[in-house]
Amino acid sequence: MTLTEHVGSAEVIVCCGSGGVGKTTVAAALGLQAARMGRRAVVATIDPAKRLADALGVPGGLGNDPVKLGVDGPGELWALMLDTASTFDGLVRANAETVEQAERILANGFYRNVAGSLSGTQEYMAAERLHALHDDERFDLVIIDTPPTRNALDFLDAPNTLTKFIDHPLFKILMVPTRRGLKVLNIAAQPILRTIGKVVGGAALADAVAFFQAFAGMETGFRQRAEEVMVLLHADVSRFVLVASPRADTIEEARYFADRLQGSNLAVAATVVNRCTPTFGELPESRPNGPEDAALYDNLAELQTAAVAERTQASELLAEEVVHTTWVPTLPGDVHSLESLETIRALLFD
Amino acid sequence: MNPLQFLTSATVTIVAGKGGVGKTTVTAVLARAAIRNGLRVLVVELDGKPALGRLLPGVEVLQLSATAALAEYLDTHGFSRVAKRLARTGVIDVVAAAAPGIDDIVVLGKIKQLELTGDYDLIVVDGPAAGHAISFLQSARSLMDTIRSGPVHTQAGEVAAMMTDAARCQVALVTLPETTPVNETVETAYALEDRVGIHLGPLVVNGVDQGGLLAVASAPSGSALQLAAEFRNARRAMHAAECSRMADELALPQVHLPLIAGSQLVADDIEKLADALLAVSAP
Repeated sequence: MTLTEHVGSAEVIVCCGSGGVGKTTVAAALGLQAARMGRRAVVATIDPAKRLADALGVPGGLGNDPVKLGVDGPGELWALMLDTASTFDGLVRANAETVEQAERILANGFYRNVAGSLSGTQEYMAAERLHALHDDERFDLVIIDTPPTRNALDFLDAPNTLTKFIDHPLFKILMVPTRRGLKVLNIAAQPILRTIGKVVGGAALADAVAFFQAFAGMETGFRQRAEEVMVLLHADVSRFVLVASPRADTIEEARYFADRLQGSNLAVAATVVNRCTPTFGELPESRPNGPEDAALYDNLAELQTAAVAERTQASELLAEEVVHTTWVPTLPGDVHSLESLETIRALLFD
Repeated sequence: MNPLQFLTSATVTIVAGKGGVGKTTVTAVLARAAIRNGLRVLVVELDGKPALGRLLPGVEVLQLSATAALAEYLDTHGFSRVAKRLARTGVIDVVAAAAPGIDDIVVLGKIKQLELTGDYDLIVVDGPAAGHAISFLQSARSLMDTIRSGPVHTQAGEVAAMMTDAARCQVALVTLPETTPVNETVETAYALEDRVGIHLGPLVVNGVDQGGLLAVASAPSGSALQLAAEFRNARRAMHAAECSRMADELALPQVHLPLIAGSQLVADDIEKLADALLAVSAP
């Protein structure tokens, strides 16, 4: 299946890759193409760069709520910026048994300072938001730009590790299963907690304990939600696109993601190698004598050599399982307007 | 900017910048240039994929992991029983979660300890990845506020003393000559100076396409020669414009490293970049 066919038929597209390869730009270009094909697409980015918002014609930047953009095509393009903290807040509100329980958690110092940065939280919240957008009737395609970390696909693990902080060691020490659910242990009765308190300070520990205490009872809802996200990501309507640049480290990262997907019985739909040295055509037969003309010749020769070397090295590094590769040349300037984004779209699809 | 002055002005140089800008390359280039000048150099690599050994054959590279440093810290500060139990149950994560920044502070504490040995003229640290640089560098200040007494407070105080002493520690921000990386560097530079009080060394701009403008008009119209020249001129102009925009916004000297073609840098490329760094010594 070609990239165009994927954009035409998918309900979810997940873009993965390392930082600095233009992942957000590629995600936005996929959205432009979707709108041209008559789809109602939403691009969710984690890139806080105001530049992309400017390029998309959103003055004042993107927020957590989808904004409709003025783009060509029979379809629609919406965009939003993922906000881990407010997504987490929403999840807490939705799963709390009472309003008081939700408020207790949201006001907790440990929650405010740490919950959003606990390992896995950002990745999980991205998956959570993806699920919510997929359910949103305004959209028929959700394109998501994952965080630029190795852990971006950790939510593909079994749902048990998905909601990492539920499985956080502190949670496990604090909570003991009882017939009525989980119950928080007494700090004073736990020598290990007393010792941790000595290291990190009593106040920090008390906040953490209060957080997990307030959280008791919600873990079932979280786990169930996690299961639903997993089902969606494994469904036929979800596709994974790898984004890399010709640089070896970004390709290694793409291969890492490909392995990661394979380990979760998922396939890579397409690979985009972005920011390649462009090619311009054949070199003249001989190098001219005049210094200006010779410089022009040398420039073309240099770019050509770089493009060929890059392509050869990158192709070697791309493993066989990394399929359907599209090579996108780098633009001479930055991508900071709808026109330049449209150029990237055309390079990807036309 | 005299590169030798850059390399010798502080014992510890922390190389920081967002993902993909070439922090590891710059770390290697600084280390190589310092060794050429006879300095005793230690390279510190934080958690992540080891890459510096390959780029710097024959150079002492130390891998520092936050988890290992935290375990060692607890062990040597009278918490050895708990450290063993923590490690066994994986609860070391708990300590890190309950006191954000503690994992950073033990890493910086380890660097401080190495600095105090006097065994090195320069310790180059390949800093933490995207987004984490500011919290990493300000962990000492934050922890001194959250933990008011005890060994961690003392440790944070000692680290803060090193980090705010320009003769002991500097941060070299790495960026690319493109809009977004430059914007982020400007923000990071202000945040570091204002919030952390840390001394900023020169800005290292990586991958600068240097060279003059090509005579586009003398190529046949629409030819490959002309298109390639237009592309190159546009890119060089953008690089020059971004460097000068950054100079307007940040009153810090800049060091430009040239663009090197190819997918993967090798030890030889580091040598070439070290040549380029040392060649800019003329004021």
